[in-house]
Amino acid sequence: MSEVVLKGLSKSFGDDVGIADVSMTIPDGAFVVLLGPTGAGKTTTLRLISGLEKADAGEVWIGGRNVGSETPAQRDVAMVFQQYSLYPHMSVRDNLAFPLKSPILNTPADEIERKVAEVASVLQISHKLDNKATALSGGEMQRVSIGRALVRDPSIYLMDEPLSSLDAKLRTDLRVELKRIQANLGATLLYVTHDQIEAMTMATHVGVLNEGRLVQYGSPREIYENPNSLYVASRLGLPRINIVPADVFGGMPDGVTQIGMRPEHIQQGEGQEAEVQRVEHLGDQARLHLMLKGHAITTIADPHTTYTPGAHIKIAPRNPLCFDADGARIS
Amino acid sequence: MAQIQIKNIRKDFGDFNAVKESTFTIEDGEFFMLLGPSGCGKTTTLRMIAGLELPTSGEIYLDGEEISQLPPSKRDIAFVFQMFALYPHMNVRRNLSYPLVSQGMARRDVKAKVEEVAGILGIQDILNRPVGGLSGGDRQRVALGRAIVRDPKAFMMDEPLGALDAEFREHMSEELRALHDRMNATTVYVTHDQLEAMQMGDKIVVMNNAVVEQFGTPQEIYDKPATMFVADFIGSPSMNFLHFEGTVGDGAESVTLGGEVMHVPRTRQGASGKLVFGVRPEHVTLSDSGAYRGEVLASEYLGTTQIITLDTPNGELKARIDSAQVAKVGEKVGLGFNPKTITLFDEGSGRALRSDLNNEVLAHV
Repeated sequence: MSEVVLKGLSKSFGDDVGIADVSMTIPDGAFVVLLGPTGAGKTTTLRLISGLEKADAGEVWIGGRNVGSETPAQRDVAMVFQQYSLYPHMSVRDNLAFPLKSPILNTPADEIERKVAEVASVLQISHKLDNKATALSGGEMQRVSIGRALVRDPSIYLMDEPLSSLDAKLRTDLRVELKRIQANLGATLLYVTHDQIEAMTMATHVGVLNEGRLVQYGSPREIYENPNSLYVASRLGLPRINIVPADVFGGMPDGVTQIGMRPEHIQQGEGQEAEVQRVEHLGDQARLHLMLKGHAITTIADPHTTYTPGAHIKIAPRNPLCFDADGARIS
Repeated sequence: MAQIQIKNIRKDFGDFNAVKESTFTIEDGEFFMLLGPSGCGKTTTLRMIAGLELPTSGEIYLDGEEISQLPPSKRDIAFVFQMFALYPHMNVRRNLSYPLVSQGMARRDVKAKVEEVAGILGIQDILNRPVGGLSGGDRQRVALGRAIVRDPKAFMMDEPLGALDAEFREHMSEELRALHDRMNATTVYVTHDQLEAMQMGDKIVVMNNAVVEQFGTPQEIYDKPATMFVADFIGSPSMNFLHFEGTVGDGAESVTLGGEVMHVPRTRQGASGKLVFGVRPEHVTLSDSGAYRGEVLASEYLGTTQIITLDTPNGELKARIDSAQVAKVGEKVGLGFNPKTITLFDEGSGRALRSDLNNEVLAHV
């Protein structure tokens, strides 16, 4: 596996900015997740690294060499796409072996067999090796397509929302599995998603993209606890962080125009009086939807809370995040 | 509006039994969820209430009147399909007017009613726009408006938010629920999404394999599941099942799990053989001490909390703990379970054993 470094990478499509001046280092053995909404530049970044797109400016370094002039095959990256694209007429075994049979790699037959068996066991599909690819469930097909990347020993794995077409339960299982596989192999992995849960739970490093720019890069905990902007603060956390003008609670330093309060960082029983609009009992917690001076605020409470709509409750921020008028963090 | 009573309704399609004898009551003004995996019979149940299917046997009462064999037009129930079903060649106003005009309502009354409903939904300013150019949210509001204008006794909705992406779905589900709170119309809503059901519903019916597994408020179903299916289907991560063999006496206050005594709510029935110790992830605690131990397999950071996956003598287990607590992969830790929250199940039948925790709830299952 290799370290991958992006230096000032930019790409536009006509007037549309794909990505703009993105610089980042993906350390050897890291699980890096690029997080952002549709159009933020996540997929473009992957395609530039793999060589499927050519950069307008900037450099991609893989394992210490500038790969700007190399073809996708020479770059030695393995991609997994959202839509599993298996060869339907082949067995699972042949699908997994296919990348190793590439003339460039020229892998001996016993080596292919060993690799396929190893990857199948890691992905728990050993018993399905002789099935036709089309005779698998959705989750199994996606595991095979991940497996087809894993049989190779590329510089980096690039994955483009590989779990998003799966149902919720399977996604949860594969999340844990994928992270375990990556850690066991010591693989370098760049994974793009718009799903914040995937980003938080799997990543060693999260890069948050906004309109083609990398706006923050750090561990999930850094991004969650110490976001550098209102945008980043809003990308992570469910329910979403509450943003209110600073004067709603007052007592904020100069220059602070807005504050962000995570739902779990709201003190109950002191401060400003809010009215309960709705209570959702979600089992492990209750969500309180409050109205305070015309601002909707969500907080959490004990699952057996007895609050009902119309009740009044005093709330105050606990360690709020402070932002200036442009949404930049003030600490 | 209306109370809907379902009594022993059953539906067969030829040899296929889509809904087994089901009984539950939807109270006036409730937002009522029919929840279950695909093929469980929830949509068939909804269609029977609306009159789009006739039950093979059983009765449906709308405000005390038996309606199970009436055609849909005689039931005064509005069915909101996949919400994007609009007349594409008509503008918003005509889409909304259509159900009223076809009922023969006077032109002036139609206009007033359409304006009123547009006001409720906040779509006054798009009344003269063609539906073709509308955003997803507005199309949905119009589709909803077309059901509301008729002033039906109840609304039936079949996965209305199913086609939307996650963020927009969250927004629309809040809007839908807020609309319900303003109008207080009895609403029956079909979904396979447990979180949506918990968030939006006053009551939930959980169905599986044509059977009503449980019926109650979201918190009741979460805390006191009647079956292993319900315990597994509700909650994310779902309830942990630790499998063990043994005998539990009527009135017992503990069970033996992996050689350790675990306290449980006092049982109200005895059982023996293959049993299951059910505990929710947030009711598991990790400590250095503790005789019952597990090995940490994985941790998933979620902000304030984290999910820890562990290997225990009785199977895999997930714990939801504070993210400040350190749990390293490979480490062996002691496990504690909040005794007041435990549900025991009989593995063979999948049913919960009665206890002080769930006795009242199970009495009417």
